[in-house]
Amino acid sequence: MQTSAWLILIFPLAGTLINAFGWRVLPGKACGWIGTAAIGAAFIAAVATFIALQDRAEDQKQVVFVAWDYANTVGVDGKISILIDPLSIFMALVVTGVSTLIHLYAVAYLWKDRGYARFFAYLNYFVFSMLLLVLAANFLLLIIGWAFVGAASYLLISFWYRRTTATTAGIKAFVINVVGDVGLVIGTFFIFRHSHTLDFLGTFDSASRDFAGHQGALTAGLIFLLVGAFAKSAQVPLHTWLPDAMEGPTPVSALIHAATMVTAGVYLIARMHPLFELSPAAETVGAVIGCVTLLIAGTIALAVTDLKRVIAYSTMSQIGYMVMGVSAGAYVAGLFHLMTHAFFKALLFMAAGSVISAMGGEQSMDRMSGFRRAMPFTFVAFIVGGLALAAVPPFSGFFSKDEILTDIGARGGLWWILVVGGYIGAILTAIYTWRMIFRTFWGDPCPEARDLEEGHLYHPEAPFNPSNGEIEDNDVGFPGPEHMIAERSGEMKIAMSVLAVLAIIGGLLQIPFVTDALGHFLDPTFADSNLDLSPSDGLVVVGLILGAGLSLLGIWIAYVVWVKRPGTSTAVRERLHPLYKLFVNKWYFDELINAIVVRPFAWAGRFGQQTFERVVVNGVFVGGTTGIVKAGSAAARALQNGFLRAYAALLVLGLVGVALYFLLQSS
Amino acid sequence: MNVNWYLIVSSLVFAIGAAGVLTRRNPLVILLCLELMLNAANIALIAFARMWGNAEGQIFAVIVMVVAACEVCIGLGLVVAIYRRRLPIDVDEIRELHG
Amino acid sequence: MSEVLFFIAGIGAVCGAVGVVMVRNPFYAVLALVFHLLSLAALFLLLQAQFVAAAQVVVYAGAVMVLYVFVVAYVGAAEPPRLRAPVGRGQRAAALAFALALFVELAIAVLGSSLKALDSGGPTVGAEFGSPAQIGELLLTKFLLPFEVASFLLLIAAVGAVVLARRRGGIGEEVEPVAAAQYALPPGVGTMREAVGGPTAREPEPLELPGGEGGW
Repeated sequence: MQTSAWLILIFPLAGTLINAFGWRVLPGKACGWIGTAAIGAAFIAAVATFIALQDRAEDQKQVVFVAWDYANTVGVDGKISILIDPLSIFMALVVTGVSTLIHLYAVAYLWKDRGYARFFAYLNYFVFSMLLLVLAANFLLLIIGWAFVGAASYLLISFWYRRTTATTAGIKAFVINVVGDVGLVIGTFFIFRHSHTLDFLGTFDSASRDFAGHQGALTAGLIFLLVGAFAKSAQVPLHTWLPDAMEGPTPVSALIHAATMVTAGVYLIARMHPLFELSPAAETVGAVIGCVTLLIAGTIALAVTDLKRVIAYSTMSQIGYMVMGVSAGAYVAGLFHLMTHAFFKALLFMAAGSVISAMGGEQSMDRMSGFRRAMPFTFVAFIVGGLALAAVPPFSGFFSKDEILTDIGARGGLWWILVVGGYIGAILTAIYTWRMIFRTFWGDPCPEARDLEEGHLYHPEAPFNPSNGEIEDNDVGFPGPEHMIAERSGEMKIAMSVLAVLAIIGGLLQIPFVTDALGHFLDPTFADSNLDLSPSDGLVVVGLILGAGLSLLGIWIAYVVWVKRPGTSTAVRERLHPLYKLFVNKWYFDELINAIVVRPFAWAGRFGQQTFERVVVNGVFVGGTTGIVKAGSAAARALQNGFLRAYAALLVLGLVGVALYFLLQSS
Repeated sequence: MNVNWYLIVSSLVFAIGAAGVLTRRNPLVILLCLELMLNAANIALIAFARMWGNAEGQIFAVIVMVVAACEVCIGLGLVVAIYRRRLPIDVDEIRELHG
Repeated sequence: MSEVLFFIAGIGAVCGAVGVVMVRNPFYAVLALVFHLLSLAALFLLLQAQFVAAAQVVVYAGAVMVLYVFVVAYVGAAEPPRLRAPVGRGQRAAALAFALALFVELAIAVLGSSLKALDSGGPTVGAEFGSPAQIGELLLTKFLLPFEVASFLLLIAAVGAVVLARRRGGIGEEVEPVAAAQYALPPGVGTMREAVGGPTAREPEPLELPGGEGGW
């Protein structure tokens, strides 16, 4: 098992290096195929490891492989080691599986982009970092993987680096991620202080003893870890980077900002569950923030018109569910939703990429309509993804979201408030998802759709930036001239079909009363959990019916507002104008952060440069020192004036001084 | 006679010579004042030689006289050279060596 | 008796010294120094340094002062105009202050010293103390090296004086404008390039071998 475990990490790294160094000699789409093959091989290695793990006995399912003792000194044990247990293999399988499909999609989608090889090098690097993160066996490697993933996200968001909107978005994402990194490191320190080991298994085993009298330190450390999780998973208030991250190419949005990177926070909380269970305060913080995020994101998604941004806010909302779930103790449910969400969200992004290609790069839903007949395959993909996202039975999303909400309900007491919030979020999800689908595919076909029905793909006269309309060109640093739609590309169709099938049948793993495959699989990891959330049968049935009912209701509401009575949405907008303004301006979080954080820092920077640097450093320190030296040398220079008598006078003065010294000494 | 008195004379002449070196502007007179200082040292040497009853002090004084003669030689040569180049014989005017 | 002589000689020495410093005309200053030297010779005699006293009169007052007189006559006794010297402000006051401080310190050193020997007149010495015989013997035995070095020094001083004051270019040319450029080497001379055989500003003359044409 050790070989296959390390191969999971080595294949993506090899893919990166080959693409990065050999791109000049690799012809055509070879870079893309090498990237895809690398991740495919990693997936096979993950499957092999999974099989090998299942062969082991129940209590031996958490294995650590050490590659190198990096720093083992003065109480710090830093090793390069990976942990193979059900949770990490589950994450590795999801990451590598979905990544392979997205790489396949990107082979076709980014064809003719001048940065083709660079894209696949970055994408492989990202997968390598994400795998490092989930396979890490100690805090050190976790932090390293965390930071690498942030860097990969920056590189990929600013992939079209000549677009100022893209680079600004990349910087914004990176800065907020770094805030999270700082939280992660400080949290690690708080925990390490009392556990005295960086190893996960070591920390968890002795957690209850180590933190017995240090509840405050534990809670503080966990809240710092949560800051890291929120920054990476785009929860309120560190979420403002995710919508802007849609500046990256669609495969990037699909991979990083839907299926994998943003789920790192969920993985973190699930991994640290023994610590979280010792600190109810931290659990509450996580769950409440998750609930707040899912509601806020849901409302914003109702109002925005950029296609990719609707899906981005939907991601934020669904991750809110996952965070809420794992914080409350519903680990299996939360991770199940992580998996199903990866399937249908990646599918939705891929389909959205196809639609945007058909529009020639335009992303605003205001200009889209009636693509039903023009793009049948994409239409079906959207329908499947939309049904799964809206949690309609028997699609996968239904079972996963449902399980989270019933498990939280099983905790009773004040947790019911979160459950109610979750159900409100469910109906919002259904509404905004189908708003998106109805607006794009129903109604009269827009000019681009008409062109496509006649068989030719629309191309704008000049390539432009969809966010601000600036004219661009097709050279390196901007998108390439080709726009690939799914109907014309075999690779894209294969990838989307596999994801669609998975979105449909994924729920089979955890049908209540029938199967508990995922629960059994993940049991060894969560066996040490004190919370045994088993909702009563009645609660489960009520949850199933309520969930199904709310999603169908939401779809029906969307149908009425946007298809049957077309003027309704405008009328509602007029009636509830302040509310609409709040939603469309994203609850003014950007302005708030600008005022509280960005402006003071900018002021401090300006102050430092103009005043402090000029007056204190240049004036006092540098100028003062040179002034003193100048004055000293001027004084010394004055002594050498060339007058013989002055020199002689100094000589006599010196003689007088020496004589005085001897006089005083002898007296 | 007390050796003290000779030493007082010596220091007095030395101080007067020093004042002269610092005050006069004619290099010739400055050299003369330097001679004064050297002679003051000679008095002290001879006085101490008498005090210890050791004639080595007198030898020292003779050597000092030799050195004084050499120095006068060179100094006067310099003054002649300056005069030859039509420069003013004034130490305040000759100050090329400055920083 | 010796005290009286001491006071006369001492006052003479001090007056001579003051005269050297205060007299304006350099020629009169030289004369004041001669007077001072003669007083010193008297003091030396009182201290039983006969040889040194004689040397003082003959060599110092006789030869060195005569040299001085020659130069003063050549240079001229004109005192430069009494313009305010650039460094004159406070120079006189400072000079007098320093000299006074020096004298005071030395006086304190001498008078305040607890050296008993200073209060006495010294041990009784024989007649040959300070005699030429004793001086000569010391010079040629114990102090042979300083004696030789001193003569060497005299030689150097003589040569130096001649070099410093010589005329360049014969009689009649008083002024020697010295140009720094005169001493600069032509460009390319003494450089590394020349050493390694590269092109320089100075062309070597073609060698004139005797025997004319026809090679070896």
